[in-house]
Amino acid sequence: MENANVHAPMMQTTAGAIPTIIDALQLRPQVSVAKMPDPKQKSVQLQDLFFRALTRCFAFLVLAILLGIIVSLVYGSLPAIQKFGFGFLVSSEWNPVTEKFGALVPIVGTLVTSFIALLIGVPVSFGIALFLTELSPPWLKRPLGTAIELLAAIPSIIYGMWGLFVLAPLFADHLQPWLISTLGMAPVIGALFKGPPQGIGVFTAGFVLAIMVIPFIASVMRDVFDVVPPVLKESAYGIGCTTWEVVRNIVLPYTKVGVIGGIMLGLGRALGETMAVTFLIGNAHQLNASILAPGNSIASALANEFTEAVGDLYTSALIELGLILFVITFIVLALAKLLLLQLAKGEGRTT
Amino acid sequence: MRSHYSRRLFVNRFNLFMSLVTMAFGLAFLFWILFTLVAAGFHAFSGDLFTQMTPPPGSKGGLLNAIVGSLLMAAMGTAIGTPIGILAGIYLAEFGSRGWLAPCTRFINDILLSAPSIVIGLFIYEIYVFRVGHFSAWAGALALALIVIPVVIRTTENMLRLVPDSLREAAVALGTPQWKVIVMVTLRSVRAGVITGVLLAVARISGETAPLLFTSLNNQFWTTDLNAPMANLPVVIFQFAMSPYKDWQELAWAGALLITLAVLVLNIMARVLFRQTALK
Repeated sequence: MENANVHAPMMQTTAGAIPTIIDALQLRPQVSVAKMPDPKQKSVQLQDLFFRALTRCFAFLVLAILLGIIVSLVYGSLPAIQKFGFGFLVSSEWNPVTEKFGALVPIVGTLVTSFIALLIGVPVSFGIALFLTELSPPWLKRPLGTAIELLAAIPSIIYGMWGLFVLAPLFADHLQPWLISTLGMAPVIGALFKGPPQGIGVFTAGFVLAIMVIPFIASVMRDVFDVVPPVLKESAYGIGCTTWEVVRNIVLPYTKVGVIGGIMLGLGRALGETMAVTFLIGNAHQLNASILAPGNSIASALANEFTEAVGDLYTSALIELGLILFVITFIVLALAKLLLLQLAKGEGRTT
Repeated sequence: MRSHYSRRLFVNRFNLFMSLVTMAFGLAFLFWILFTLVAAGFHAFSGDLFTQMTPPPGSKGGLLNAIVGSLLMAAMGTAIGTPIGILAGIYLAEFGSRGWLAPCTRFINDILLSAPSIVIGLFIYEIYVFRVGHFSAWAGALALALIVIPVVIRTTENMLRLVPDSLREAAVALGTPQWKVIVMVTLRSVRAGVITGVLLAVARISGETAPLLFTSLNNQFWTTDLNAPMANLPVVIFQFAMSPYKDWQELAWAGALLITLAVLVLNIMARVLFRQTALK
């Protein structure tokens, strides 16, 4: 109180006096609680503190799980890291008999299948989001949106079975021979479409992955398209823009960040997808320029080989594969999340 | 001028038509997959499916042990994961307005939500299966619980945020302790929404294969011993579908139809329930 009076001499006589009186009479709430402890109130406070601490513990648990995953994967892959070092990332050799392991083939397979998935999935998701936000009659929006979301509910193993028994034979008989005879003859990209039409392979795996990521990307795109203020769109329509021009020049620039976030989210899903790819990719540890040839991905190598792996080094190499997969998906998903957060912030600023 | 205008109209029509095509493309695959499942799985449906064990190659059988194993592990995974998820969700929604923990947890949780499930399997293998030395149903349930937690946290938090502050304030003004306000008032008012989240989590784990491969593995025989490897539908489907035997493949289709039906019914139930709360 002394200090306050020194710094505010003008209040010395009037305002400065009142707190002193209140303090003197012990009317301030924190003082009265400290001086007159009510046993019942105290137990209530304890209960609240306990409840708060309990929920806090479980929030910590989420961080602990993440930490646990990283630590246990690093610990498990130590033998392989010590033995192969950075060479693990660039070696394409995978030989359990001589215990020489390199992750290049599965890493490339994972990236290529995910890339194919995005190449097909992104335009389709964009079209679906466009249809749901701009074209669909209102009464159709919900059922159609639900139907697309149900695509995400179908378990990955079902996609794998369906791809293996229905799609792969169809591709082998019709699509792939056609691709080989047309695109396979093209000068530069021809190398991508060479070889026998086997049905299963990197391309088929990527195609099924595309169908699997469509619901994720489409629903993010639909949600961010919906946040565009109607005034912006209406003013564009008002000066005579067509629907497409409004989408191209108003909606897309406004939601750019969110759209990219949605695509990254889809990429994160595609990278870690296991069962569908395991059924379809062919599980061959070889690099091949052609995307019609069989290959391998990190997740499917794990699914196929982990329980049958003999020897510490083999197991450890597989765990290191899992670590690499986790690190890649973590970075991609974190970027997606940051981009989507940025859009949410921008939304708060403009409104 | 005139031709410029008609070109704009043409571009517009073409792109909107393509949008329609992509919508049809997406729906076509949904119905194609469902049709294939019903067509291939239906004639494998019989009484044997629910009364016989998984057969050795070349003979008839059912999926009883796998169905029971799946139900058991999904139930345990949900029972372990749900309380954890709800409590952490409460922290994020009710106490998470300041400090670093809540935003951090929210961020990590969203990443765990989409993290590859096979890595979860590896994690449980490392910390549990490897230490105990054998595959077990417990390990499978733990792996599934780790997938349940992020889903439940996310929906619980989102639902609690929908509760108007006036409701909390009214309860606090009556002198109710904060924990009672949360448990008896806010949480109760969004009960249906939280159940929606749990249903979605159950739907998600009933089709998960990857985390069970290294944890509960598979078992050709009937068992309810939680410390032994246990059969479950997804892994059985994986094994049978990849095999060259016709009988096994047919059973795999029947199992696939069963799982998909269960997942779709759970999803639709969750949606209906959520819509009812949202409308209230």
